[in-house]
Amino acid sequence: MAMLNFERKYRVRGGTLVGGDLFDFWIGAFYVGFFGITAAFFALLGTALLVYGAALGPTWNLWQISIAPPDLSYGLGLAPLKAGGLWQIVTICAIGAFVSWALREVEICRKLGIGYHVPVAFGSAILAYVTLQVIRPVLLGAWGHAFPYGIYSHLDWVSNVAYQYLHFHYNPAHMVAVTFFFTTVLALALHGSLVLSALNPPEGEVVKGAEHENTFFRDNIGYSIGTLGIHRFGLLLSVNAGVWSAICIVVSGPFWTRSWTDWWAWWLNLPIWN
Amino acid sequence: MNTTHKLMLAAIASLGLLSACGERPPVQTVQTGYRGTGMEQNYNPRLMKVVAERNQIGGIQPPADSSGPLAKDIYQNVQVLNDLSVGEFTRVMLSMTEWVTPAEQKNCTYCHNAENYSDGSKYQYQVARSMLRMTREINSQWTSHVKQTGVTCHTCHRGGPVPQYKWFTDPGSGRENAFVGTRAGQNSAITGLGMTTIGHSSLPYDPYTPFLLGDANIRVEGTKALPPGNRSSVKQAEWTYSLMVHMSESLGVNCTYCHNTRAWSSWEQSRPQRSTAWYGIRMVRNLNNGYLLPLTQVFPQHRKGPTGDVAKINCATCHQGVYKPYFGQSMAKDYPELQGAKKPPAAPADAAPAATPTAKKVIASADTSVRGRL
Repeated sequence: MAMLNFERKYRVRGGTLVGGDLFDFWIGAFYVGFFGITAAFFALLGTALLVYGAALGPTWNLWQISIAPPDLSYGLGLAPLKAGGLWQIVTICAIGAFVSWALREVEICRKLGIGYHVPVAFGSAILAYVTLQVIRPVLLGAWGHAFPYGIYSHLDWVSNVAYQYLHFHYNPAHMVAVTFFFTTVLALALHGSLVLSALNPPEGEVVKGAEHENTFFRDNIGYSIGTLGIHRFGLLLSVNAGVWSAICIVVSGPFWTRSWTDWWAWWLNLPIWN
Repeated sequence: MNTTHKLMLAAIASLGLLSACGERPPVQTVQTGYRGTGMEQNYNPRLMKVVAERNQIGGIQPPADSSGPLAKDIYQNVQVLNDLSVGEFTRVMLSMTEWVTPAEQKNCTYCHNAENYSDGSKYQYQVARSMLRMTREINSQWTSHVKQTGVTCHTCHRGGPVPQYKWFTDPGSGRENAFVGTRAGQNSAITGLGMTTIGHSSLPYDPYTPFLLGDANIRVEGTKALPPGNRSSVKQAEWTYSLMVHMSESLGVNCTYCHNTRAWSSWEQSRPQRSTAWYGIRMVRNLNNGYLLPLTQVFPQHRKGPTGDVAKINCATCHQGVYKPYFGQSMAKDYPELQGAKKPPAAPADAAPAATPTAKKVIASADTSVRGRL
């Protein structure tokens, strides 16, 4: 694969976390590295196991294939392969692949001498996943509390788990998480449309730069966060979305067993008026 | 104090705050559906201990001899328990004294005129007679809901004259026709009756009047994937949601105790408990209309609600926070006196859970009755 002309100087050796020079090479555009190998290994094995699980299951309908966790009665122990054991191995593979990918990002950051913002941001998504599939089930005492791997089935799980707390929209951390998700999308829409507008001037005009972009938002809402600031802001919003999702699900069950609506009784019980 | 210290202090303070308004592991869970579907009940054993202490069965008198003369032949004015022997009759009277009379007056004269026990002039006497009829009807006619467990006076009364869990029709804010300030019976954690209800949510706080007194349509979900044909509004869905939250909180269970929430209306995907609950709604509705409403003129004013209505029952009246009253322990099995005349149990008129409400007429009437309240 062809390399961009400025790219050659960024393809630097070193910066690996493990394995020294052993995997320190590129295949086409892709950096390999030790963690590239482990990511590929876990991803392929996990996917193969999902296909195997589908073959054991009742359907090949892509929407309905589901690899479910064990019954609660297995607790935190190992389950037979066809009774949730498959789910357990797939979960190990998934975490192996996600963490490998994050560490591969770390190695690339070290090569380039940049900060670890990208792996940290990806880490918030991994945190949400690990919270759902490992931390919360461990706190509740059984792997069966985790969600199944299936397109419809994991949505059914989300619905039922939410209704275990009668009205999940009253979960305060869920409120914060949803707000961060929506604000992330809003910020991305504002930023993306601004950049596209600047880069696509009318016929005959030149491409516009940062000052035009800043001026648009200063005229529009009285403030422009700037070209660097918008990316910091986006990072703040999106990382918080992941972290607060993790918080909102880990508190549901281990730290609150009742209706989330009832949690707000603390307000009525404040000593000011009670 | 540097920034790190301040941050640590803030973290400790917020942890403290969180622990003050939360629970902690370990919690207990019960799986109620296929693995991975998320159908589970969550219980905090520390909280359940309190609930368990509150839900002990009441005192049971030693069994009475069913032979001997009938009470109606010995005493005057015996209208309901007229199939009991004197021994059985006395046993019921003693039990009622223990189960129902107030702590400061644990004797016969809470209901009876001490000069003449057959005198029915006290309102308590008349209410008790009606409640005995009701208890017998529940145990004999509503086995679709109470099964063989049955109920006694204690199931609701728990040792006092007025059951703890009851409801009155909400009087409204008085601003229903005003330009601003009307809450449409919702959006308040505290109702017009000064009580908290529906789990402190913003849902309509009196779902009892339309659903447990009236028979407004509870089903709002469409039967097809696309909306055409379903005239139910979001507001109607909120009234249904409110009733369902009441049921959940009354039984100390969550929605997945009865439903698989991927398809609320599907009986095939619901747990059998849902049909028990379906009969329960009909039972409560029938009892409110058949036994409580007719007592409106009997009760003195201080026992009535703000609109002059009689106290009525809902799911919490018996269940009191437990999926089965007293966690399924039967008191009624020790009280054949309260089982009612030995008639074959008749199913309620509309006893077919799978039957879909007869089309648009029902939906339309529910629509107007609910809207009329908003």
